[in-house]
Amino acid sequence: MMATSKKMLEQEPSEMEMLLPWHAAGTLNSRDARRVDEALARDPELARQYAAIREEYAETIDLNESLGAPSARAMQKLFAAIDAEPASKPSLSRSISTRIAGFFASLSPRTLAWSSSLGVLALVLQAGVIGTLVTNQPTSFHTASLSVDEPLTRSLGVEPPPRALVRFAPDARVADITAFLDRYQAAIIDTRGGMFSLQFGNKAMAKDQIAGLMSKLQSEKMISFAVAIP
Amino acid sequence: MQVLYGRHHVRVFRFGVRLVRDEQIAEDLISEVFLDVWRQAGKFEGRSAVSTWLLAITRFKALSALRRRKDVELDDEAANAIEDGSDDPEVAAQKKDTSQALRKCLTVLSPEHREIVDLVYYHEKSVEEVAEIVGIPENTVKTRLFYARKKLAELLKAAGIERGWP
Repeated sequence: MMATSKKMLEQEPSEMEMLLPWHAAGTLNSRDARRVDEALARDPELARQYAAIREEYAETIDLNESLGAPSARAMQKLFAAIDAEPASKPSLSRSISTRIAGFFASLSPRTLAWSSSLGVLALVLQAGVIGTLVTNQPTSFHTASLSVDEPLTRSLGVEPPPRALVRFAPDARVADITAFLDRYQAAIIDTRGGMFSLQFGNKAMAKDQIAGLMSKLQSEKMISFAVAIP
Repeated sequence: MQVLYGRHHVRVFRFGVRLVRDEQIAEDLISEVFLDVWRQAGKFEGRSAVSTWLLAITRFKALSALRRRKDVELDDEAANAIEDGSDDPEVAAQKKDTSQALRKCLTVLSPEHREIVDLVYYHEKSVEEVAEIVGIPENTVKTRLFYARKKLAELLKAAGIERGWP
């Protein structure tokens, strides 16, 4: 079944053509991913189209990443607004934490694979900012140490443990990824278009140790791509 | 709320910036989005990912902001803006760089096309999730992205970039 993409363009796109962007982003289920892989293997035109999609995918990520982050003003505005919310709902504050906990329980499996680790690290990194907001009195909001010009994320100022950019195999299951993270004492600190930035352990490593770690990673079945982050 | 904000605010902001094309407005948007979350946490039914819910709220608020501004750029105007630079040798040389041209074209897609490209490529949303965020059927999600990509190819072609597709 050759897709004959050009012909399709004149008519309607084929199912395989329409799935290509999700294949590039790694968000297809394993069945569809396999179908697309098979179609790509036998249809050069489809493969050419897929190459163009990979470019679009990479540029879309770069473009979005270049947009930066909001200033602290947005967060100040938010929490000031929350403070200004009517105090006539004493049960709301308590129930919110339960509800928020419910949010995390509902995270998608893919997100769950990294979000817990990312959340912990994000908390540490942003402690300088967010810590000012966490007080014993939920109705008060202190910004004395918060500069509106500073980015939300701050460096810890210590030699970082080794990091790697990793892509998991499309059929990797959440349980496998969780076990992998435990095995390597790794935490997912960022994600970018299906790629994950992992941090290993808590201590810096020598170059040869990092090289050994990378080759070990590359030999893992569930890892389709791994490279050290300088 | 701090955890939720810390985890999602950057992506919500970037989605907002891409939709409204104004950082100040996008910053206002994220405050509104998370305030809505604070107020309506009980309405979250847990059937979708939190990020999907947040992006859907962001989209709604961004569209409202755009309607208030009433200055949504027209697709064709944006395309012309790219073509206008073709006489400039410096710009022409730049256009040879597919990567830069692609990025430029991505910024001038229509809001409808921009959002679907971003949701799929950057926010890694599945067909089902995009359908939920944008409020359209799944088949429409697929065809809309296909035609967004086709439009992108046309813009690139107008900028002198041929990629062999379509």
